[in-house]
Amino acid sequence: MSAPTTTGGRIGRYAVNLYAALAMFYLFIPIIWIVVFSFNKPAGKFNFVWQEFTLDNWSDPFRDEALTDALVVSLQIALVSTLIATVLGSLIAIAITRYSFRGGSGIGFFLILPLTTPEVVIGASLLTLFIGADVDRNMRTVIIAHVMFQVSFVALTVRARARGFDFTLEQAAQDLGATPMRTFWKITFPLLLPGIAAAALLSFALSIDDFIITLFNAGSTSTFPLYINALRKVSFSPQINVLATIILLASTILLVVGSARAFRSERRAAGG
Amino acid sequence: MTVTEPDRAQVGSSRSSTQRWARHPERIGLGALIAAGLLLVAVGTGLVDGPLAIAALVLVLVCIVALIMTAMVGGPEARRKLAPYGLLKPGMLWLALFYLAPLVTLLKNSLSTLPSRFAVRATFDWNFDNYVTAFTDFAPQFQRAFLYAGLATVLTILIGYPLAYVIAFRGGKYRSVLIGMVIIPFFTAFLIRTIAWQSLLADQGVITRMINWTGFGKVLDAVGIMDGEQLLNTPAAVVGGLTYNFLPFMILPIYVSLEKIDPNLVDAARDLYSTTPKAFWKVIFPLSLPGVFAGTLLTFIPAAGDFVNALYLGNPNTTMIGNSIQDQFLVQNNAPVAAAMAFVLMAIITVMVLIYSRFFGTEDLA
Repeated sequence: MSAPTTTGGRIGRYAVNLYAALAMFYLFIPIIWIVVFSFNKPAGKFNFVWQEFTLDNWSDPFRDEALTDALVVSLQIALVSTLIATVLGSLIAIAITRYSFRGGSGIGFFLILPLTTPEVVIGASLLTLFIGADVDRNMRTVIIAHVMFQVSFVALTVRARARGFDFTLEQAAQDLGATPMRTFWKITFPLLLPGIAAAALLSFALSIDDFIITLFNAGSTSTFPLYINALRKVSFSPQINVLATIILLASTILLVVGSARAFRSERRAAGG
Repeated sequence: MTVTEPDRAQVGSSRSSTQRWARHPERIGLGALIAAGLLLVAVGTGLVDGPLAIAALVLVLVCIVALIMTAMVGGPEARRKLAPYGLLKPGMLWLALFYLAPLVTLLKNSLSTLPSRFAVRATFDWNFDNYVTAFTDFAPQFQRAFLYAGLATVLTILIGYPLAYVIAFRGGKYRSVLIGMVIIPFFTAFLIRTIAWQSLLADQGVITRMINWTGFGKVLDAVGIMDGEQLLNTPAAVVGGLTYNFLPFMILPIYVSLEKIDPNLVDAARDLYSTTPKAFWKVIFPLSLPGVFAGTLLTFIPAAGDFVNALYLGNPNTTMIGNSIQDQFLVQNNAPVAAAMAFVLMAIITVMVLIYSRFFGTEDLA
């Protein structure tokens, strides 16, 4: 797009840019709070009002054992559920992008449903299922619940990425004498891998983040968000800010590394 | 006859008994998938139990074995036709057992009565009173949920659209970096972000103090956004929290639909309409509507069911239907009424989604 030539046009252009910059800043306001308040020395049990700067909270990030345990539980749940959901979801995505078959459009619609159901309904309905079947609520039921919403998410994300995928490459490989298995591992899988990796990364984040569905189905298991919520009226320690900042840094690094690799392979594909 | 000849030859001539059903492998594939799914729903919801449940589970296994058998007996053509059903099966059965079956038990629960105040399990007796309670006692919560979610959705469009627009058309080679920046804040827990707003909007918080110091607070108080000098525990704080927490669900689909627009089209529009605003409203905006519609669904639905923002940023008079469901279910131990409310919420939203997708399509949701 060429720049507007009139003065009014130029002012309008700057105004829209400024507005967008403010919107971007708005997105980061709570993040700034989280990072800044990890260096606060709160007066009471709640790290809500700024008192004075300290590095104490960072000297031993994992000193709050119960909080760290809850984070570890969250990570374990996310790891297992993401693994299961990525496999199940990718298989679905491969089925609906590669083959045209009877019932295909119905399945596409069915996949959207779990994502358009409010979390509180999903959480409550799973709880009624578990109560009805006399299943104890613990880490296993949380994993089951997380896989449920992750499967749809992975399937739709991988499908979106696979839409432009040229499936005639598979034909070419088979014409050259490759077995179906070899074709899958040498052609199909590498091409789908970036989409699968992105879907896995995001659904891992969804799992760690989930509060509402987990609250209904965790029993006495305490995940990171559940633990913080349980202490709602009791305390909010700066250790939470420290761990949240670490999670933020780790996921940002993952995102940067991931997109840098994608960028490089894209350039290579373009012959640059 | 002549049409089926080559078909038959392909399936294999010696196994005459398998010929008939191996000729339409896709029917067996789809049939086995649906049958196994329905059987799992029946077992999960307790419609069949005891020995019948075991029989049903055996049937599920039979469905899976039948799929594999057909693939083995049939030729490569049959295998190719069956492959999608085999790939779909594990994920779809998971969804049948842990998405569909729970909705059935939820419906059953909403029509049940608790035998005593402290009973965990309700008995099913077509008790429609739960729905009467849901509509009469919790009408304000329903209204607030849809009002707050609607306001938040409008705000996310107003805040998110220009940002998505600038990134898509003026981001240049930094586009992917900028859209990555939109996602980064959402790698911290939803709950912690909401608590951050709780601290920022509190009377001693940076934002509230700044607003009051500049005197802008008096204006906000007059408009009804602030309650005196207070910002936290007001409806505005709840709507603000919802807006913040669901903003990326609006920005990302809008960005995706804007990114698809050919820049040459914009230049052509400018040649035709001469002014940029006119080119925008006549060409770009209509083309980005699928993204806006997808974003609306992805924002409105979770916002209408949310209870975290109202819990942390609101007061007892700003509770939404999600708060009531959570409270009745987990605190008051009144599962039937909670189930009825959850079901009504889902029914309303499903009807809205169906009408919506009828008009605008759901392709861009993914």
